Amino acid sequence: MSDARTTTTVVTAGAVAAPRMATARVATAELERQRRRPDWGNLLVHLALAACVAVLAFPLYYAFVISTQAIDEVIQKPPRLLPSTHMVENYVEAWRRSGMARLLVNSAIVAIGVAVGKIAISMLSAFAIVYFRFRGAGLVFWSIFLTLMLPIPVRILPTYEVVGNLGWLNTYAGLTVPLMASATATFLFRQFYLTIPNELAEAAQLDGAGPLRFLWSFLLPLSWANIAALFVVLFIYGWNEYFWPLLITNTEEMRTVVIGLERLIPRSGTELPTWNLIMAGAMMALLPPVAVILFMQRWFVKGLIESEK
Amino acid sequence: MKRTVFPNRWLPYLLVLPQMLVTIAFFFWPAGKSLYLSVFKSPPFGGRDVFIGLDNFVALLTDRDYYDSVLNSFVFAAGVTGLSVVGGLLIAVLANQKIRGLAFYRTALLWPYGIAPAVAGIIFLFIFHPAYGILPYFLSFVTTYEFNWLLKGWVAMALVILATSWTHLGYNIAFFLAGLQAIPTSVMEAANVDGAGAVRKFTAIIVPLISPVTFYLVVVNMVFAFFNSFGVIHAVTHGGPGNATEIMVFKLWKDGFVGLNLGSSAAQSVILMAVVIGLTMLQFRFAEKKVTY
Repeated sequence: MSDARTTTTVVTAGAVAAPRMATARVATAELERQRRRPDWGNLLVHLALAACVAVLAFPLYYAFVISTQAIDEVIQKPPRLLPSTHMVENYVEAWRRSGMARLLVNSAIVAIGVAVGKIAISMLSAFAIVYFRFRGAGLVFWSIFLTLMLPIPVRILPTYEVVGNLGWLNTYAGLTVPLMASATATFLFRQFYLTIPNELAEAAQLDGAGPLRFLWSFLLPLSWANIAALFVVLFIYGWNEYFWPLLITNTEEMRTVVIGLERLIPRSGTELPTWNLIMAGAMMALLPPVAVILFMQRWFVKGLIESEK
Repeated sequence: MKRTVFPNRWLPYLLVLPQMLVTIAFFFWPAGKSLYLSVFKSPPFGGRDVFIGLDNFVALLTDRDYYDSVLNSFVFAAGVTGLSVVGGLLIAVLANQKIRGLAFYRTALLWPYGIAPAVAGIIFLFIFHPAYGILPYFLSFVTTYEFNWLLKGWVAMALVILATSWTHLGYNIAFFLAGLQAIPTSVMEAANVDGAGAVRKFTAIIVPLISPVTFYLVVVNMVFAFFNSFGVIHAVTHGGPGNATEIMVFKLWKDGFVGLNLGSSAAQSVILMAVVIGLTMLQFRFAEKKVTY
């Protein structure tokens, strides 16, 4: 790979400096020499990047180490930076004490519900905007656009009131539906539909396919890459949402894991701070979204960059 | 360009219906209600709303605590944005040095983005723990300064800024890498031929060419710090010590849901709405220029 690049460099350098061949030849020779030398510069770059990776990984490593220690090891000085042998018992205890099974199920329902709901309603409205001509289309488009300017905090109290009037407090519907409208997902699908050649819709119409048939059999199969990318990004968003679930849930059974975790932290001075259990809980709360990023990183980067444009 | 359209009178309305229902019920109606509440005095336990004009705003703007929360928000947003945008650019430039393993480094730098800011905050809470945390422990060798976030407001602020930046750095790196790869190789090669050094290449070529991405990321990070950071504050500091980390969103929640001061909370919502509209406008103004580079 680096060889191919060097070759291009040489060619370009030659072309630019054509009237002064001597200069070009010197430059070429210089580049050639650089290529053969053991590359100390590259090594330095690798070292610097490795240092960055290590610094970024340290908080997670530290949390993991603490989650494997007994409480007297946690509070000892100097701090012990190696894993200990109490991992299983800590995780079992943190799991039991926080009701982790229920918290994780709730988070999964919220994350998947928000992601699937957003994708579904965005696909439908983008389809309507691109493939139909109807009165009020402009109004629909602009009203979707305006939602960008109304994040949860600026409408929090009345939204809470609406959800209360619907009887949705402390329900999965209340946890997911108000988070579903998404301008970015609608715009992404709209952009994507606009890149699909007209001939496809014409051909479908000639074959007698109606609009819903076209959406289901033609557009949907073409959209999988976009759907996967959006799904990963929206899953992370839904899993990590804090403000909304905190407000509208009021029983242990409906809490999501990022909310439930906060309750492991002692707020009064009299409680024993079980930091090893808190860190075990933190590890369990962060593992699913981080695993999704690691295993679906190609989709994740695509979704991140394309949906935010 | 003329697009093929399906002839159907009612189907498009049916298709946009779910999105419009959610948008109206949970976005426009509540936003309108916030505007309405901000100029009324509503008793928390029922009773008639009384029109009071701008009194809620006047009360806020003459409140020392509100200014503190505005200042805290800006310090927090500037800290998170500065740290994660500048850090993100430097690391992205390193990772873009045509070395092997770019995909590996990108993943290795991106994964903290999956960690909820609240969970990151809890991890940093222990790193900063005055009695057992590793950071105060090592700092105690170099200084006798008491590095205690429970007592010192700026330490608490540093804690939440670091925790938030930790989760957000990878996001910026991903965008900068995408932007750097869009810089034509010929430009960098021309600089090589001219004998430009690494620093000169960075300041004279990379920074100007990447500036649209930088600008975009500054706005997005500001929005994120202003509006998505309730979790880290609530889970870690609860706005304390004193009100040293009480950012605007946290104060809005506290006044509305704990203090049940609906009018003041609504007025704070309206002010935040103005902030987010300003930031979004800024972003779109610049997005138009982005096309030309």
